[in-house]
Amino acid sequence: MSGVILEADDLHLRFGGVQAANGASLKVAANERIAIIGPNGAGKTTFINLCTGYLKPQSGRVVFNGQDVTRLSPQAITRLGIGRSFQIPQLFLDNTVIENLLLALSAREGSWSPFLAVQRHPKAEEMWALLEMVGLKETGNRIVRELPEGMRKLIDIAVALALEPKLIFMDEPTSGVSSTEKFQVMDTLTRVLDARATTAVFVEHDMDVVARYANRVAVWTGGRIAHQGTPEEILSHPEVRETVIGVGV
Amino acid sequence: MARQLVFGLALIAALAVFPLFSPWSTVILTVALCEGLAALGIMVLLRAGQVSFGHGLFFSFSAYAVAFLAAAKVGHEALVLIPVGMAASGLLAAIVGLFVVRYRAIFFGMLNLAISMVFFSLLEKLFPITGGADGKRVPRPTFAGIEFGREQFELATFYVTLVLCILAALFVARYLLSPGGKALEAIKSNETRLEYLGVSPRKVLYGAYLLSGLLAGLGGAIIALVSGHVTPELAYWVRSGEFVFIAILGGIGGVAGPFLGALMFQIIRGYAAVYAPETWHAVLGVMLLIIIFFAPAGLYGIVAGKGGKPQREEGGR
Repeated sequence: MSGVILEADDLHLRFGGVQAANGASLKVAANERIAIIGPNGAGKTTFINLCTGYLKPQSGRVVFNGQDVTRLSPQAITRLGIGRSFQIPQLFLDNTVIENLLLALSAREGSWSPFLAVQRHPKAEEMWALLEMVGLKETGNRIVRELPEGMRKLIDIAVALALEPKLIFMDEPTSGVSSTEKFQVMDTLTRVLDARATTAVFVEHDMDVVARYANRVAVWTGGRIAHQGTPEEILSHPEVRETVIGVGV
Repeated sequence: MARQLVFGLALIAALAVFPLFSPWSTVILTVALCEGLAALGIMVLLRAGQVSFGHGLFFSFSAYAVAFLAAAKVGHEALVLIPVGMAASGLLAAIVGLFVVRYRAIFFGMLNLAISMVFFSLLEKLFPITGGADGKRVPRPTFAGIEFGREQFELATFYVTLVLCILAALFVARYLLSPGGKALEAIKSNETRLEYLGVSPRKVLYGAYLLSGLLAGLGGAIIALVSGHVTPELAYWVRSGEFVFIAILGGIGGVAGPFLGALMFQIIRGYAAVYAPETWHAVLGVMLLIIIFFAPAGLYGIVAGKGGKPQREEGGR
């Protein structure tokens, strides 16, 4: 595989009696869209947590752009260019949408002057443009707490994108989004990711979304990858159809 | 916003002219402003959802630094003693902060309390150095090289304090609107997301702690000068508790809140001590209960027209 930007190699992590990662390995090439699918408890979110520094593996390593990031803090990993969004959106609920993005912008630019109001950041327009790109410009001045879950999900992703990551992990980007809106959300996201040449790995339960937006699928079971391939190969795989998708052959 | 600005200017104007008509109030108002500075420091930490029950440490450390320097005739000038006292407490906050910013919530509050009580004990027990419970006298220094009489000195100290409070409040207001201030609020609302912005919550809180210690130190340095005497009581937990009380009474929605709280605290204390000398603590307690139940945004919230709602910073003033 050429142009590998992230390589997770043989990650192991046990919580008490649960083997959450059991030899999890994945190589991610630049500009890929990898969907991670699998039953609940298969270790999908644990894998994201291991790659983004939230959890440390008991063995194995994660290399990002040639640098070992296995033991680095989430802050350090984020600064190297790995962004993430969460299954439950992690936002500053009592701030406005634009303030959430502007804080991300300030973090990216290292703008910490006590005399610079966050609202007057010289590159604030860039964040408004990002909001427009994800179709949320109208909500910019609204308090996040007042917004529905589906919208928060998109804002969570926009905050991660505001950091201009080279690679973004998204944990169930369409959960909480209505079935009529999820393709619209994914179309928007794909457009932004393409425009910014951002590589993406996302956990997803909706196979229609997987089929339409991933160019590679990794099937997770028991804390590791059981199968991987193109969406066509995976979604027609008899074992995957039976054990993961829940459709008999 | 206009309402807050008008109120802020009216408050400053009222404070500025009051001692001219009521000279007896000069020291009381100066003490209130000093406590307001310490409460402003508490307010900064409350923005991160952290409360310190030990800010008497920085208040007293600065006051004793001023007392020692003034007694040693090293700095017999108020305009030197104030920044030196403030810098001393800033240095202490830089050291203590390295340790306490690793903790949150009750552990943060109790660690601050514990450290301040250690310092209180040292002040009490090291009699040959600190004067024990009797404390130390602070000789009246010169002001800009001029030797004032007592009343003129108190008046000059009051006006310098008022100017310093305005500058401190303006700086804190700017800081709270800056990315650092927003990151500070983010510690309260979502530390995980802050980390995934590549920001260290510990560093953000450390910066705020340093600022908070400096503000308490500024108040402590001035109170040493205006009262002419420092005692271990400045480090006692009751004093630290008063700063928290004042911050909540005044409200943390804007930088005027702690000063409003401090002024109200002095008024209640003054009148209650005269009319209810045995029960004035109960009067303060009832006042705080009324604020918590009926105006959780504090006095500032009432003034800013957000009486019943928990506060959220909009302009900082």
